[in-house]
Amino acid sequence: MNLTLHVWRQKNTEEKGKMVTYRLEGIDEHMSFLEMLDVLNEQLNHKGEDPVAFDHDCREGICGACSLVINGRPHGPDGGTTACQLHMRRFKDGDDVVIEPWRARAFPVLKDLMVDRGSFDRIIQSGGFTSASTGGVPDANAIPVSKPNADSAMDAAACIGCGACVAACPNASAMLFVAAKVSHLALLPQGKVEASERVKNMIRTMDKEGFGNCTNHYECQAACPKEISVDFIALMNREYLKESVKP
Amino acid sequence: MTIKLDAKIPAGPLESKWEKHRFDMKLVSPANKRKYKIIVVGTGLAGSSASASLAELGYQVETFCFQDSPRRAHSIAAQGGINAAKNYPNDGDSVKRLFYDTIKGGDFRAREANVYRLAEVSGSIIDQCVAQGVPFAREYSGYLSNRSFGGAQVSRTFYARGQTGQQLLLGAYQALERQIGLGTVKMHPRTEMQDLVVVDGEAKGIIARCLVTGKITRHAADAVVLATGGYGNVFYLSTNAKGCNVTAIYRAHKKGALLANPCFTQIHPTCIPVSGDYQSKLTLMSESLRNDGRIWVPKKKGDNRAPHEIPDDERDYYLERKYPSYGNLAPRDISSRAAKEACDDGRGVGPGGQGVYLDFADAIKRLGENVIRERYGNLFHMYAKITGEDPYKAPMRIYPAIHYTMGGLWVDYNLMSTIPGLFVLGEANFSDHGANRLGASALMQGLADGYFVLPYTISDYLAKAKPGTVKTDHAEFVKTEGEASAKLKKLLSIKGKKTVDEIHRELGKLLWDKCGMARDEAGLKEALKKIPEIRKEFWTNVNVLGAGEEVNQALEKAGRVADFIDFGELMCYDALHRNESCGGHFRTEYQTPDGEALRNDDEYCYAAAWEYTGEGKAPVLHKEALNYESIKLAQRSYK
Repeated sequence: MNLTLHVWRQKNTEEKGKMVTYRLEGIDEHMSFLEMLDVLNEQLNHKGEDPVAFDHDCREGICGACSLVINGRPHGPDGGTTACQLHMRRFKDGDDVVIEPWRARAFPVLKDLMVDRGSFDRIIQSGGFTSASTGGVPDANAIPVSKPNADSAMDAAACIGCGACVAACPNASAMLFVAAKVSHLALLPQGKVEASERVKNMIRTMDKEGFGNCTNHYECQAACPKEISVDFIALMNREYLKESVKP
Repeated sequence: MTIKLDAKIPAGPLESKWEKHRFDMKLVSPANKRKYKIIVVGTGLAGSSASASLAELGYQVETFCFQDSPRRAHSIAAQGGINAAKNYPNDGDSVKRLFYDTIKGGDFRAREANVYRLAEVSGSIIDQCVAQGVPFAREYSGYLSNRSFGGAQVSRTFYARGQTGQQLLLGAYQALERQIGLGTVKMHPRTEMQDLVVVDGEAKGIIARCLVTGKITRHAADAVVLATGGYGNVFYLSTNAKGCNVTAIYRAHKKGALLANPCFTQIHPTCIPVSGDYQSKLTLMSESLRNDGRIWVPKKKGDNRAPHEIPDDERDYYLERKYPSYGNLAPRDISSRAAKEACDDGRGVGPGGQGVYLDFADAIKRLGENVIRERYGNLFHMYAKITGEDPYKAPMRIYPAIHYTMGGLWVDYNLMSTIPGLFVLGEANFSDHGANRLGASALMQGLADGYFVLPYTISDYLAKAKPGTVKTDHAEFVKTEGEASAKLKKLLSIKGKKTVDEIHRELGKLLWDKCGMARDEAGLKEALKKIPEIRKEFWTNVNVLGAGEEVNQALEKAGRVADFIDFGELMCYDALHRNESCGGHFRTEYQTPDGEALRNDDEYCYAAAWEYTGEGKAPVLHKEALNYESIKLAQRSYK
């Protein structure tokens, strides 16, 4: 199939970017979206033009590196999928495809389609852990965890930290990302010990990093490649409220 | 250089070596720990767990990864599980059994003492991960659930759906982020190691490049830890992430660290087959699928009927037929070769005949679709996304692909390389899996090394050294930085006609054909003739655009491919010298009458550690004899 790509090109964080149009021919429907970009970059390289920079690594939907807004949707038109697992059979001959980076104040563009998501790491640093240092912990089966709780914790822990939730939110809020980690740990007895400090500190850091607030659009859930539920935001709000009204 | 390989295996019976050694090793007192700086390169399971554990102990740690966040290291993609000798299911497991299965699975080419220690600490890993909040699968009782993996007859594999690697890495990553927040670890994301700095024969730091600004920086330390993963991408197509590379360990190799058993590469039997020339990577379907899936091909050659039209008695469930006691859970090397055999025999399925079926119809009938969805839902989803086919309705098509590399930098019992002060963990070292790794053992080794081995052994080295003796203005730093910058400039100045990927593909295809699932003398000699041509082509005709002082992904790739070319040559030397078949190394000249690997214990029961002698020059072999004290060498049988 033949496609017309409109790709965001930006030299670095300081300079202004713009959309640039490229024609691509002979794209195979079995290619992944990123393999289609590889083809573009090989062509640019042969023409002596700077290839398009984009983050990617595992190409199997788990590392969370991909961060492309495709035709206005983070990770593209399919639900529950990262851009690397999107395949060209989803497009048709003659399509226009618009490719942009995540856009959020807390994710500055580094080059082209590549953004800096260090703010997510700093949120985790402020409380997204249990303080269990190596060694000196009890036997793994010492504390039973009910299966439904363990399953819900896993649902939340499936977050890959890609940032699609932020990119999709009209407020560029990181509520789903933070809620996933707060809930994952609050649902387990091992995480309960520090639950109140955790939620307070993580939300404080989220605000400091320049993420917006949640106004219940639920775009985050729709864009999440791991289909993490906004119910976890409710769970986080409950944890936060418990902490706020503590005597 | 005269090198004497001393594995430093403690004396005494196998069962008490580690305990005795822990007592014999020197300690650094709590007040002195903060005076020592340790550099850790890589943030997968081994690197993250080591960084966090060392910082918790009080050392100053500086950690580097090329990804934008430590959480993205490729351990994240491990699917199936992690082994531990907990014996929770009461099915007869023990430290000794895990040890024996691992040695046997590795076709008797691993070091006994290391493997025993690995089995010994395996239980503590699960305890630690649970304390971190890793959401392992549980039974309705609230206790942990286990499943089976290849090469074992007990259920000792702990798992978190099909995302075990992700959950374990997030546990280690969170422990690491906690230390970063506390200021005990200085983290350098998007920073790639360019070279190791060796001062008076000891590792004293690294030269790194910031992948955002292109700035080259010097970092001094009292010890350097490499946890930079495996080299599967030397084949271009593999199940590794695109960024996985051999650069850190290869550059340390050029600085004097011996590289052991590079030809021991693991081909995973269950991957999604190649679909076209544009293919950039291969995707693994977890081994855990073989718990419920049955592998088959048509009995008749060239049978083009759809799978559901082929009646049961016209199917060859070849693993169940050839290995009745392990069946579909035969180890990886054996299952891969059996798939290749069936396809070479003209009975492969799918486009090009390069595939076999992995069929869940029986399991779905027995357990219902919901149970299968709960166990493997994410894998089925991934398969459907990539192939456009529904595995609940039709069997999956799978084919072997490069997945893991058992070889790596040679290390002694303390995980120290032949360069004092340079420690190597996880897949980057060679130590625990011999010639073939069992499923769910990579996660175990990465975390064992990082949480429970290195934190002890590194203190024995540091306690004998004064802290902070070398600063970054040392002549060796200046020189090494100059060399690293010159190399990058050279890559940018060639301005030839081929892209980095084109040359990498060419190298990968050559190695897959000549040094892949099956190898022979003629093919390896041919590869050794062709690799220098590829190297010449690369250094005279590659085109790397852009500048060094900016984000330049082509430049990053070029540096890695340059090392893959040299490393591929070493791999072929190793495969050619080892005149036997063992584990993942299958030389067609050496096989039993029924096609199994034929070892030669009299001549090759050693780890082959290679010394670098200069570009394009033949490497020099050093042997570490493997002395088996507590087990008897036997031909591996899974029948």
